[in-house]
Amino acid sequence: MTLTQHDISREIARQATAHAATGEAAHHPARGYAPYRSSRLRHPGQPLVTVQDPEGAELSGPAFGLTDVTELDADLTRQHTGEPLGERITVTGRVLDRGGRPVRGQLVEIWQANASGRYAHQRDRHRAPLDPHFTGVGRCLTDAQGQYAFTTVRPGAYPWRNHHNAWRPAHIHFSLFGTAFTQRLVTQMYFPGDPLFPYDPILQSVTDPAARARLVATYDHDLSVPEWSLGYRWDIVLDGPTATWTEEGR
Amino acid sequence: MHPTPSQTVGPFYGYALPFPGGGEIAPVGHPDAITVHGYVYDGAGAPIPDALLEFWQPGHARAGKPGSMRRDPVTGGFAGRDGVTFTGFGRVATAADGHWSIRTLPPAGVPYLSLCVFARGLLHHLYTRAYLDPAATDPLLAALAPGRRATLLAAQEDPRTHRFDIRLQGPEETVFLDFR
Ligand SMILES: [Fe+3]
Repeated sequence: MTLTQHDISREIARQATAHAATGEAAHHPARGYAPYRSSRLRHPGQPLVTVQDPEGAELSGPAFGLTDVTELDADLTRQHTGEPLGERITVTGRVLDRGGRPVRGQLVEIWQANASGRYAHQRDRHRAPLDPHFTGVGRCLTDAQGQYAFTTVRPGAYPWRNHHNAWRPAHIHFSLFGTAFTQRLVTQMYFPGDPLFPYDPILQSVTDPAARARLVATYDHDLSVPEWSLGYRWDIVLDGPTATWTEEGR
Repeated sequence: MHPTPSQTVGPFYGYALPFPGGGEIAPVGHPDAITVHGYVYDGAGAPIPDALLEFWQPGHARAGKPGSMRRDPVTGGFAGRDGVTFTGFGRVATAADGHWSIRTLPPAGVPYLSLCVFARGLLHHLYTRAYLDPAATDPLLAALAPGRRATLLAAQEDPRTHRFDIRLQGPEETVFLDFR
């Protein structure tokens, strides 16, 4: 029997109701979220084991520096000989820890589909055109205020095979480092007002509406560049154990 | 402040995250270098061909050094590591058969390598530790039942080769960690 959007939407609604009944805020998705079918065999069944280890290796983290990025890397529209197709955008924001302090000089990596919703990846079989002028990969270091900035094109929505007629809302994948290995974050940024939001089990895996809203960028007209690009702002807050973000000992 | 939620790394990170030499953490030709390798399995025991593993070991300095991902300033491509600096950071994707391997220096100060696991289907990454000394003891190991503890102990295949398999789900599921 074919699994329809109707079936998945019903499961999504059940999960949302179950979350609301807890009355608690959940900042992250549960690793086992049945509407996202790929999660079923890929999440632990045992609870995580809590480690309280202030001397542990995980409270330090890798560092990156000027040798790890080039000026070219933050502009995804200039990595080939010609201009990529699509709506040019600039995406910027600050990376903060849970104490609100900027995360300085750390690596931000992004990847995304092209304007047609196709990744430059051999295993992406979506029959949308590849763009010879767009790979969809960028990186930069945060500045002294914790700010990152990329120039790219707005990615297209794309189909995937979670269920019949499954479509991902447009998104940019982000990978971030903090000052501790425990602050590591891989996530996705979405665009405001996308009609696909309610249908997508990956976005809806964040069952808390306030948390889910934190994955959506804001259109900021002051960031739009005349005759050039539309501006989006998206701030990112890295999680981590209390020891990495309280004022203690700092 | 409330944290930004995690989302899966998905299947298409290939151009963005893995980099040449990502598993070559030990400086070139270092006489103490060891190999650590293994497989990543799902809850049905099938190898996971699109997992991404990150390794972190702070070494003597307790902090990372830049230079794991040096970029060529002319082409923007990867220039590789400098061959000299131990940065403590490694990143490898599993192969089609679920296998991964790294070459690194034995951990300093702690008896383990720190690992972070990403995969399509995994909505939030998972931390674990690979203890390389089968006789290692520390508060975490001491608190685990023997069967669970065994999942964190790498098997020594020869003096310089350690095997560490990761099982995301099932009866022999690896112990995954939450830091408080
Ligand atoms: Fe994607």
